[in-house]
Amino acid sequence: MLSEVFEFIIYLFLGVGVFFNLLAGAGLLRFPDVYTRLHAGTKCTTFGSIFICGSVILLGLKQWIYNGDTNSSVLVIHTVIALIAILLTNPTGAHAIARAAHRSGVKPVGAVVDELEGSPIKKATKKGEGEE
Amino acid sequence: MIETFDTEYLLVLGFLLLCVVMAMIRVIKGPTAPDRIVGLDTINTIVIASMVIFGVASGSIIYIDVAIVYALLSFVTTLFIAKYLEGGEF
Repeated sequence: MLSEVFEFIIYLFLGVGVFFNLLAGAGLLRFPDVYTRLHAGTKCTTFGSIFICGSVILLGLKQWIYNGDTNSSVLVIHTVIALIAILLTNPTGAHAIARAAHRSGVKPVGAVVDELEGSPIKKATKKGEGEE
Repeated sequence: MIETFDTEYLLVLGFLLLCVVMAMIRVIKGPTAPDRIVGLDTINTIVIASMVIFGVASGSIIYIDVAIVYALLSFVTTLFIAKYLEGGEF
């Protein structure tokens, strides 16, 4: 009985993860400028990858608990490490890309005023840590 | 051990391949350089997720280790390309 509940949750997580990854692809194709594409392409893939890795973790836990399979414990631990790597690196990379896009002069679609225009961040980073 | 090549995991891999194709279209026709980098970053994350899925589907855990290393290396690549676009000093 509990094993069937486990399987249902595993397939639910797989479906949610794949759905959000497809949303990321659609958003990359349909959105009008860099910042909105970054919003779609990074947040949706992070959320979808959390659910895909979660379903794999639950699969390993199920086989570890019900079949006594010790190989599945290796599966669980390594997938947790991969999930932590995704969670740490993906938003940081998105922040770096957005900052680089703004500093290389790409404006959002329909932008009227740029509040960060001429801000002293660039000069401050030359001497070390700026006030970001 | 895990049963090899469950069909549902292969179906998930097919959908993730579709996501990679959609991001690749953005990489090819993106108007500016940051657009292409957004596409490449998305492809990196989807490839990590599909490596985890492929490790389960084929029953060999070594693919998940490859996914960990790929995640960290692609992070370093993204940071360096962003720094290059910014025109900053390394």
